[in-house]
Amino acid sequence: MDHLISGRLGWDDIAIFDVFRDPTASNIVGSSAGWLVVIGGIITAALLLVRGWWQPLLFEWLTTTDHKKIGIMYIVVGLVMFARGVAEGVVMRTQYVTAFEGGYLTADHFSELFSTHGTIMIFFALMPFLIGFMNLLVPLMIGARDVAFPRLNQISLAFTVVGAMLLMISLVIGKFSTGGWTGYPPYTGVAFQPGTGPDYWIWSLGLSGIGSLLTGINFAVTIYKMRCPGMTFMRMPVFVWTALCTSILLIFALPPLTAVVIMQALDRYLDFHFFTNDLGGNMMNFANLFWMFGHPEVYILILPAFGLYSEFTAIFAGKRIYGYTSLVIATMAIAVLSFTVWLHHFFTMGQSPTINVAFGIATMLIAIPTGVKVYVWIATLWGGRIRMRTPVIYLGGFIFFFAIGGYTGILLANPTINFTVHNSQFVVAHFHNVLLPGTLFAVLAGIYVWFPKFFGFRLDERWSATTAWLFIVGFTFAFMPLYMVGLMGLPRRSPAFDDPGYIPYMIVAMGGALCLLAALCALIGTFIVSARRRDELAVPGGDPWDGRTLEWATPAPVPEWNFAFLPEVKRLDAFEVEKAQGTAYRIDREDFEDIELAPKSWIGLTIIVFGTLLGFAMVFWIWWLAVLSATVVLAHAIGLGFVRDAGEIVPADVVERTERDWIAAARQGQGTDRTLEVSPRNRGFSARIGEA
Amino acid sequence: MTASSSCSSSHPGLNLGAAHGQAHEDAEPVMFGFWIFLMSDLVTFAMFFAVYATSLQATAGGPGNADIVDVTSIALQTGALLVSSLLFGIATVAMKHGSAARTVILWLLASLALGLCFLGLELRDFIVAAEKGAVPMRSGYLSAFWALVGLHGLHVAVGSVMICVLCAQIAIFGFASDVKTRLLRLGLYWHFLDIIWIGIFSIVFLPGLLT
Ligand code: HEM
Ligand SMILES: [Cu+2]
Repeated sequence: MDHLISGRLGWDDIAIFDVFRDPTASNIVGSSAGWLVVIGGIITAALLLVRGWWQPLLFEWLTTTDHKKIGIMYIVVGLVMFARGVAEGVVMRTQYVTAFEGGYLTADHFSELFSTHGTIMIFFALMPFLIGFMNLLVPLMIGARDVAFPRLNQISLAFTVVGAMLLMISLVIGKFSTGGWTGYPPYTGVAFQPGTGPDYWIWSLGLSGIGSLLTGINFAVTIYKMRCPGMTFMRMPVFVWTALCTSILLIFALPPLTAVVIMQALDRYLDFHFFTNDLGGNMMNFANLFWMFGHPEVYILILPAFGLYSEFTAIFAGKRIYGYTSLVIATMAIAVLSFTVWLHHFFTMGQSPTINVAFGIATMLIAIPTGVKVYVWIATLWGGRIRMRTPVIYLGGFIFFFAIGGYTGILLANPTINFTVHNSQFVVAHFHNVLLPGTLFAVLAGIYVWFPKFFGFRLDERWSATTAWLFIVGFTFAFMPLYMVGLMGLPRRSPAFDDPGYIPYMIVAMGGALCLLAALCALIGTFIVSARRRDELAVPGGDPWDGRTLEWATPAPVPEWNFAFLPEVKRLDAFEVEKAQGTAYRIDREDFEDIELAPKSWIGLTIIVFGTLLGFAMVFWIWWLAVLSATVVLAHAIGLGFVRDAGEIVPADVVERTERDWIAAARQGQGTDRTLEVSPRNRGFSARIGEA
Repeated sequence: MTASSSCSSSHPGLNLGAAHGQAHEDAEPVMFGFWIFLMSDLVTFAMFFAVYATSLQATAGGPGNADIVDVTSIALQTGALLVSSLLFGIATVAMKHGSAARTVILWLLASLALGLCFLGLELRDFIVAAEKGAVPMRSGYLSAFWALVGLHGLHVAVGSVMICVLCAQIAIFGFASDVKTRLLRLGLYWHFLDIIWIGIFSIVFLPGLLT
């Protein structure tokens, strides 16, 4: 079976043909998903060729080192993977509806579904979303022209894409792991899963982890070293603070993941005994290492989301954020505490009660800074002139549900309670409860708020609001019933059950899941409808919501060089201060200068192509291909040091013209009153231009 | 890539000084980033150390720590690595004070030679251990041992390749400012491996030597 050319890859591995070999319900679902990937791929390729879109794709996007384009690509990757994740969620919920009779999917297929679903949602939907926002916003918010290491930024994205590609390929060729996103050995060891599954898991997490680590380094340096004059730490927008803390978490939390993935690979490929059942292997080492990454990871997902909430709460309440300092301290406190609680994921695995109690208390401590944050948002809304736009709908849903998620988290942090609900649907309810309203809603609201900044037009309000409500309603019905069935004793990751009492809850949950699917469709609809109405919704002024921080002080879309002059900051909410003092939209200087952009680079594309080949070759033991692709990537990386390419220079007069045109338009154009901001009158100029 | 904040450039470790102009300024964010990378790499090593420490008893009846330590070899390896680091340091200082490219390359090659000695000795130890049946497949303990020591060895190997690459760059471009900052970074990396080695020496080999 082990072939020199094709490794262990055989015709039987092509999963999209399973349906012809054996047309069971499971195979129909599995193969259809595979066909969807294949056909989607073919259509995309055809469009690229026929419409000539491959040219901009190649030369403007895949080779770019512009943080804004990279940020957008991160979010697009996230959206694609999110769509697959939601679809898998719906399939799993239908399985649960039929699970009393044993379900229509095989147990193995179901396990594969929750494994890919969890892996995708955590690593390839939410992480890219948030890192995408960091890319879009951090340099603009701190008044910089780019991140510290633009090419490294492209490399990070490329590694993330490699991981996502491997997951997509696993739908078509071979099989993904059945060991959940946590991949616990020894179940994911060779003895139990000799196939390709855990190897896909290893390579998609391992390679994308490199990208995330580099992102952490890049943004830590950017925030420390690239702040514009006057941007002291205590004048940084809250989102930048959360991005900084997230970067620090990435830097410290990803090494344990890398280490554990390497060890698992050694176990599987070279017959080492880190985590096997025999010869001295010890699975507890895996659990500790994995969760030393895994717990901080949830804060990697939630902190930037908190940052987004903080930013747009202030905007839509028309008020300075209440208690800025306490928010900053709370963010730092959460970042530090998140490293002290990992053991709460395995209270039941036999350590002493004293240890359990210590970790239980440490966990509950996190509720304090988190509570501070929730109060800060409420206090910011309090007495504000709140405008009920889509983000505020998400915000309302978030505050309400996050409180519930927080309470159930405290319950889970209590070891005695944890013993009774461990690995039950209660846990599934809890983490969806914090991740959907916490992170996903923030991302969706964020897309609404900042979309006009980068694309030049707003999203249609009616469609956006409908999407928001669908997500909120869908979430409620899909996950609240799970608290009940969890308490009634239904375990998670179980393809079948034998108590008919669960069935009504499962039907409600499936309804919720369908509603979420509808929400996803509405989200896509929002983009389509808004793109059609783009002229009407255009906001060239760049400030459609009466923003407060520096990114709003640029035209929409933002020019490639971000700022004609590096801003100078005197207080928190720099742009708001300028608008209030009437100093916004002015040029008091003549000394425009040439601006050098970061050079384009091909390394990202090399990594995407050959990194994916490398992962694939390693999964299927095609050693020659693995060596070849690794050599190509390394050779390109080393070669980079030998090329001296200068970036494109934007001449001073182009910068000047762009800046002057924009400001002239702003001074002529009419500022809109904020109550009319969803009408076509909103061209992205602050109402306060005229006053000055 | 100029830092927009106007704080005076200086970073932990050898600073080139304002006379080096562009390279000195670039060093500010670049070196800072590299320190962060090393910090992160240190965490990776810490994880391997932790697993090693928890696997000491997991020998499954196979060879244990005392069976695989060769005092002379370890002493030689330690010497080679530390002196190599010293030579690298000299290369960096020479570059800072304006020595000719040739001189700096010579110091670097001397440093590389000792690095390769280290690798050779380590490889020999691994082969000897394997002949005694102390292969990583034998037990959890041996897996942890090989992985930890091997990870360090791998780092040294990567560093050796990078020294060659850097020498080539110096030969081709002379001391362009990015070549200079690369030399500084590779230096940090090379010294960092000493620190890890001291950790391995104290935690892995010393107990074996003492019994
Ligand atoms: C949007 C609709 C979604 C639906 C219908 C859905 C549904 C499900 C279902 C049915 C499971 C399996 C539970 C079990 O095995 O008992 C699951 C697991 C999981 N979901 Fe979701 N989910 C959705 C969104 C999300 C999101 C946004 C995240 C974000 C992180 C997420 C993260 C996870 C994780 C980490 C698991 C655990 C996987 C495992 O057990 O290994 N899900 N989800
Ligand atoms: Cu946790």
